[in-house]
Amino acid sequence: MPSRADISDQAHRLRQYFEAQGARNVEAETLLPAATLLDLYGEDIRSRAYVTHDPLMGEMMLRPDFTVPVVQMHMESHADPARYTYVGQVFRKQEDRSQRASEYLQVGYEIFDGSNPAQADAEVFAAISGALGDAPVQPSTGDIGLLIAAVKALNTTDARKAALLRHLWRPGRFRAMLDRFGGGGALSEKRQALIAEDNPLVDAGLEIGLRSRAEIMARIAALREDQDTPPIAAEEIALIDALLSLSDVATHVLAPLQEIALALPAVRPALDRLQARCDALAARGVDIDALMFEGNYGRTSLEYYDGFVFGFSIIDRPDLPPIATGGRYDALTRVLGQGREVPAVGAVVRPDLLLEVTSC
Amino acid sequence: MLKLGVPSKGRLMEKPFDWFKDRGVVLRKSGADREYAGAVEGIDGLELVLLSASEIPKELAAGNIHLGVTGSDLVREKLAQWDTVVSELALMGFGQADLIIAVPQFWVDVDTLDDLDAAAAAFRKTHGFRLRIATKYHRLTRDFLREKGVADYALVDSQGATEGAVKNETAEAIADITSTGETLRANGLKILDDGLIHPSQATLFCGATDGWSVEQKASLQNLRIQLGL
Repeated sequence: MPSRADISDQAHRLRQYFEAQGARNVEAETLLPAATLLDLYGEDIRSRAYVTHDPLMGEMMLRPDFTVPVVQMHMESHADPARYTYVGQVFRKQEDRSQRASEYLQVGYEIFDGSNPAQADAEVFAAISGALGDAPVQPSTGDIGLLIAAVKALNTTDARKAALLRHLWRPGRFRAMLDRFGGGGALSEKRQALIAEDNPLVDAGLEIGLRSRAEIMARIAALREDQDTPPIAAEEIALIDALLSLSDVATHVLAPLQEIALALPAVRPALDRLQARCDALAARGVDIDALMFEGNYGRTSLEYYDGFVFGFSIIDRPDLPPIATGGRYDALTRVLGQGREVPAVGAVVRPDLLLEVTSC
Repeated sequence: MLKLGVPSKGRLMEKPFDWFKDRGVVLRKSGADREYAGAVEGIDGLELVLLSASEIPKELAAGNIHLGVTGSDLVREKLAQWDTVVSELALMGFGQADLIIAVPQFWVDVDTLDDLDAAAAAFRKTHGFRLRIATKYHRLTRDFLREKGVADYALVDSQGATEGAVKNETAEAIADITSTGETLRANGLKILDDGLIHPSQATLFCGATDGWSVEQKASLQNLRIQLGL
């Protein structure tokens, strides 16, 4: 095991490498207000992050990642474009994987620049790849933007699309929902009776709590509308399945994606972005004939990536977490930017893992 | 000597004494009712310790007691990866209660987790904050809702009288333990059709035996034979 001092040295070498790529060194608080993180990530973050209580500031969280504080800092600085790097500890509870570190250093590289997203995507990937040098790693890529575009292109109601988009990051529920919208499974008798009822709230019981009569009636109206909506065509569901099951090198997935775009033309802009990214990666010397693309990649991570996603795993070490992960998070800047949005892409490297696989 | 922890009060207190007695092991509280020590007859090498049911899981995990009777819900809630820390010697067949998710009866459009998820999405949009679920079972509820893919909720802590949280407008739904459902109904709540998080019952647990002496291991073997386990 490398010592903490060795890991810290490695982290600073990585930071210098990113500074040489044009990134400015920034720092972030270690203790973050829990409310922002909970609002973004939901209850699940509580099972991963350390929550503590400050008598004056209320609930606080030990920094589970840098993305939120760096985005907030950037949005306040109004600097644009900008490239940042940072080194610092992040803290994650490991209840189910107690052998993994619950405190470790991350070194990041983030680009806030909307002028050419494909170039920015390629730049981050190439910077991380360069920083990892000749470590025995295997990159994988994906594109949440393609999946979002495919769902938006489905021939169905906005309500159904919104419901599907909300669960992109929960594959099980997404699948169940897609099957249901495809006509699978009949409504229960209870539900049919509710929809048929003229006055569903008569005898409904005590009216308690904040969720009002109007909200319940709105949901029943939505259920009725959904009942009258024709199922999503089996061919379209098959296209989503085809997209999700893609797993091949980047140059080989373009042809099947072209087929999908023929059937769902609204996917075309997302596909053009993928094509432009592949070109930009190739121009930076990335071997895209060997670069894996997976349609399902990035769907089980924290739900803020909405475009290019990638990770580097260590070859023959499935016991170790990925050595580097990253992606595009335009939507997150929109949520944190109070109306402003800055296209952003970034990634983090674990110096401890890099040292572990290169020092032996 | 093996220390056996038994609840000193609450819904699980009386029945463990009968359960052990039926199997030839007599547990007695020593002296006055308020004392939290006890005596054991009918078997050697066993010592009775009276504790709060909710403290028994962590005392087992810490090795301060070797055996303990408590609710299976409490062990799962209080211990991360509980099954690597303690083992179940016997399901004791009493103290049954279900940890469930309940919502107002008035929510005629919500019968399942699927409905709860849809209601939570709309609620967040309307009110600007996540739908609140009051509970003291944070770990079990969160794990359950994550596994079922429910989003846009927040857990709020409630250590007692949780059934009243909706009426008091401190939460929109609850996750709580119930045996008959009567208190829920009286408070205008109903259980979701697929809202069973964990069916709990009183269980005899054994802590990790790694550090036990030969005598302690022999006492456990002896006890298992006596109890027919």
